[in-house]
Amino acid sequence: MRSSSQVDDSEHYEGPAKLKIWWLVVAVLTAGIVVVLGLILGPASLGVREVLVEVLDRLPFIDTDSGLSAREQAIVWEIRLPRVVLGLLVGSMLATAGASYQGVFRNPLADPYLLGVAAGAGFGATVAIVSGLGDGIGTFDAVPMLAFAGALIAVTLTYLVGFSAGRIDPVTSLVLAGVAVASFFTAVQTFVQQRDSETIRQVYFFVLGQLRTAGWDEVLLVSPYVGACLLILLLLRRRLDVLGVGDEEAGSLGVDVRLVRLVAVLAASLGTAAVVAVSGLIGFVGIIVPHTIRLIFGFSYRIILPLTILFGGAFLVGADLVARLALEPAEIPIGVVTAFMGAPFFVLVLRTSRRL
Amino acid sequence: MEAISCRSLRVSFGTTEVLRGVSLEVPKGGWTTVVGPNGSGKTTLLRTIAGLQASQGLIQIDGHSLGAYSRREIAKQIAIVPQQPVIPHGMKALDYVLLGRTSHLGFFETEKRQDIEKARAALDELDVRFAESRTMGTLSGGEIQRVVVARALTQGSPVLLLDEPTTALDIGHQQEMLEAVDGLRRRLNLTVLATMHDLTLAGQYADALILLERGEVVASGTPQEVLTEEQITQHYGASIKVIDDGFGPIVTPVRRGTNSPE
Repeated sequence: MRSSSQVDDSEHYEGPAKLKIWWLVVAVLTAGIVVVLGLILGPASLGVREVLVEVLDRLPFIDTDSGLSAREQAIVWEIRLPRVVLGLLVGSMLATAGASYQGVFRNPLADPYLLGVAAGAGFGATVAIVSGLGDGIGTFDAVPMLAFAGALIAVTLTYLVGFSAGRIDPVTSLVLAGVAVASFFTAVQTFVQQRDSETIRQVYFFVLGQLRTAGWDEVLLVSPYVGACLLILLLLRRRLDVLGVGDEEAGSLGVDVRLVRLVAVLAASLGTAAVVAVSGLIGFVGIIVPHTIRLIFGFSYRIILPLTILFGGAFLVGADLVARLALEPAEIPIGVVTAFMGAPFFVLVLRTSRRL
Repeated sequence: MEAISCRSLRVSFGTTEVLRGVSLEVPKGGWTTVVGPNGSGKTTLLRTIAGLQASQGLIQIDGHSLGAYSRREIAKQIAIVPQQPVIPHGMKALDYVLLGRTSHLGFFETEKRQDIEKARAALDELDVRFAESRTMGTLSGGEIQRVVVARALTQGSPVLLLDEPTTALDIGHQQEMLEAVDGLRRRLNLTVLATMHDLTLAGQYADALILLERGEVVASGTPQEVLTEEQITQHYGASIKVIDDGFGPIVTPVRRGTNSPE
């Protein structure tokens, strides 16, 4: 190789794309602040100090007295904290699934519902509600169970249909199959929903999304899926960067493109199906969060994925605060809040990406 | 010893046969260039040898059948510089070159220090080290082409396939590019298989030419043997003159009807 002096001045260069520690710190602090706000704000206003001491008190080996009454303690532990934790899980999963889909399909508008997860979950939930099997509350209620099953069936169908189309390229055929499967499930869901006017309101609430919980059940239900799926996607971050050069070149660089796409889509879809089962269909998170991070921090998935997990969770907890407090004591469905913020944002992303 | 050897290679897109029984040998450490008119199957031939296109027939890389290799193993044997590389949005040159290390990393692995050193060495080799922190979109056509070759070099594969490496470049940058590749080939003992449109440049940089027409090899041998007025007129349907100045045949177009000397 050439003279070594050229290699020695490598400090003058930035080096490869890398997640900076202070970005992570900012993301963790943001999430922390939103979580604290989620705990103290509400119909019963609680002090920051009392709530923090109360949380510390529950940690092992720490014994203090927060001064909160038993009723206030219950508000923190049984109502607000599970809701905030669920918000973190759902937000990070939806945002990360969106980012991964955008990488795998090389389409900036891909969102976690692209392959029919939402329509399948909506159908499953509608069947559960209309048939009177469940009311949407609790871990082993029929609504999240059938929603989860519906979502998985829809994605599986999309995959089967997408792979059976031989003539066109695999990305296009998968996306088109998703459109077809989603339309079909939406049609069936609407049909089932219209046959029973008594439950339309309940179905409607599921479709708009909500983070109402009955305690820790929903958190326990989704956290294994979210944890495993986020881990897999995070580990795939470099492969997702390689897919940026297209299937053919990624193949020539030694990537088994079909395998990477299969693993990423399965992880993103499974995680999405799990969170949709408990939270309903919360839109736009999968598009707003990753695109904001791309524009601010950079285009490598090594940067996007870790930050998306943290900011995705923070964003949804924040949106849930707006949903809870804006029209207090009434609650706005969180899907309305995210869509309300997402639609203008969407226009912004479109405008900037045209300029670049 | 042959670096690449193909026997009766056939490729069809639907009912259209693009390669119709191509057989060829590429000697180790040499530079072989495939020439031929548009649509003769040059790019398809390169893609097929790189294992990116399903085919019938036999392809051997370094004496081993291509079909026995996984994607990753092929990438360790063959690096390809595509004609129109896809440049990911917002990616910096160093990150782009580092993509070349993919075949050396595990499924869930990211680059180590030594990979970064290899990428920087490749940027140095092609004299584009200054661009490492720049976004690909801000580089000139000639610089992008060099960075793409640096990525291929970073793969550490003994065989380098170049698909039309000079089409987007002006005449000075074309020569620079080909000189750079030739230098690498000699220093690192690489085998080069390229496709090219410019017959004069093709003849000047290759030890052997293969003339492809409608998916068949119609001539092969040294540049002097392949680049004759008769063959080029016949297979390209072109009106040309071949001048030999001692450095290889110079193929120059002549306007029809005016090619008789007065």
